[in-house]
Amino acid sequence: MTAVEDFSLAELMIAAAAEAWRHDGELLGSGIGTLPRLAVGLAKLTIEDGLLLSDGEAFATEEPLPLGPRQGQAPFAGWMPYSRVFEILWSGRRHAMVTPVQIDRWAQTNISCLGDFDKPKVQLLGVRGYPGNSISHKNSFLVTGHGKRTFVEGEVDVVSSVGFSDAHWPAGMKRPEIAIGIVVTDLCVMDFGGPDHAARVLSLHPGVSFADVQAATGFPLLRAETMSVTPAPTAEQLAIIARLDPTNLRASALKGNPPGVRAAAA
Amino acid sequence: MNKELDLAAAVATIRSGMTIGIGGWGPRRKPMALIREILRSDLKDLTIVAYGGPEIGMLCAAGKVRKLVYGFVSLDLIPLEPYFRKTREAGAVEVSELDEGLLLLGLQAAGRKLPFIATRIGLGTDVLTHNPHLRTIRSPYDDGETLLAMPAIPLDVALIHVNRADRRGNTQTDGPDPYFDALFARAAERTIVTTEEICDRLDRTHPDKAKQNLFERYLVSGVVHAPLGAHPTTAHDAYGWDMPHLKAYAASAAEADGWARYMADYVAGGEAAYIDKVGGARAVASLPIPTF
Repeated sequence: MTAVEDFSLAELMIAAAAEAWRHDGELLGSGIGTLPRLAVGLAKLTIEDGLLLSDGEAFATEEPLPLGPRQGQAPFAGWMPYSRVFEILWSGRRHAMVTPVQIDRWAQTNISCLGDFDKPKVQLLGVRGYPGNSISHKNSFLVTGHGKRTFVEGEVDVVSSVGFSDAHWPAGMKRPEIAIGIVVTDLCVMDFGGPDHAARVLSLHPGVSFADVQAATGFPLLRAETMSVTPAPTAEQLAIIARLDPTNLRASALKGNPPGVRAAAA
Repeated sequence: MNKELDLAAAVATIRSGMTIGIGGWGPRRKPMALIREILRSDLKDLTIVAYGGPEIGMLCAAGKVRKLVYGFVSLDLIPLEPYFRKTREAGAVEVSELDEGLLLLGLQAAGRKLPFIATRIGLGTDVLTHNPHLRTIRSPYDDGETLLAMPAIPLDVALIHVNRADRRGNTQTDGPDPYFDALFARAAERTIVTTEEICDRLDRTHPDKAKQNLFERYLVSGVVHAPLGAHPTTAHDAYGWDMPHLKAYAASAAEADGWARYMADYVAGGEAAYIDKVGGARAVASLPIPTF
């Protein structure tokens, strides 16, 4: 493994995000969106061979399929229509990485709408599968624009996935176990593994300070005891990422496709 | 037995105020020829139940909808459906926004003639806040767990697009994913299908594709021959979605009389004119199937 200096922030995030599936064993790994999809493919090839993958539509694959148009018959290993994805996810044997529009200090997220639900300021997708996913299996998050509009001060506008708040459970109900993996952003890697599930920073991307991250987050963050600098992707990882993304969709995932190592402030 | 109808006769069986389920998923396999016929009709106050794509935006824009029941509404590569968005942001229709799986279970309960199906989905989220009709139950067994009782979502009629159908109501649906078309058909009093191809007896002409049959013919009350009738959505394996058309449709939502113009340009003249207007049958039939 050779250390490299020339890599994009998107590639750093993909390599960091692949770590989400470490130790997962045999389950369905779902990366929703360009960077999470590349991350789960990288995880499958370098970290966790047990992962089941899908082609992004209706088939299971043993090899991550490159993004974009394909020639000929793809190497499908099984059939995975939505009905089967629901059966899998309700059984808990899935770990998804998704990109919510809002995330709060309780790890609750929102993709439904912004503002008042009855007359939203901005209608988004609807809650999609977030409620069922989040109460059934582990979820990690990937955020391309770390800021207070995403990491909100109060509660998310519409709680679309369950978190560690007590507010939304029916009276007398025991809160089920909730599994949140890691949160990969363009500034850092976090989790909700602090005391009482407080958010904490696991690693800072090169050139980013803890103060930068805190200033861009609407709720208090902790430093993990082992807080480090997010490792640069290796040459091997970069080669795999390039092979999985031959048309370089990852270059459009972050505004301006910034480099992985931020230039020191002047 | 001959269930063949034309579009106008099929839509004439639908009444204002009905609850209509629409098959497909986002911009995939939507019965758009029937939707356009509804847009041309006097129907109103409809309750629409769907994994929503452009049909939701169009029915909302045309003022046909009283209530929407959905898990999402999206055009996929255009993530936010523009007319759905406008409608929601105006607070113009009643909605029941559900988890995709809750919608599945509601349809399944209706098809099985059950009042509800128990699930954990939705607990701990604002799905309960914004669907005050949802109730919880306690498991009668030793675990005593609190569960959500997802109520049945019975439909007056389901509208579904298929690749082949015979006049008796047998159908075949190609493509990699059946989505939940069968659940919509079973949840409904009756189902109207539009089909790319029609024949007298599928068992005589296409027995090799019998596994593509998703639901029983006794659920089907009407069969409409509507080739290219899913355009601008994908009809696996016949043709892909028409993203340039969907982009133009989406762009129209930002114009002052955008919807009126879209109606006049594409919908008002009927299906034959529609297919010509969107490039002709050959062009539509050769739209590539997207891969991801």
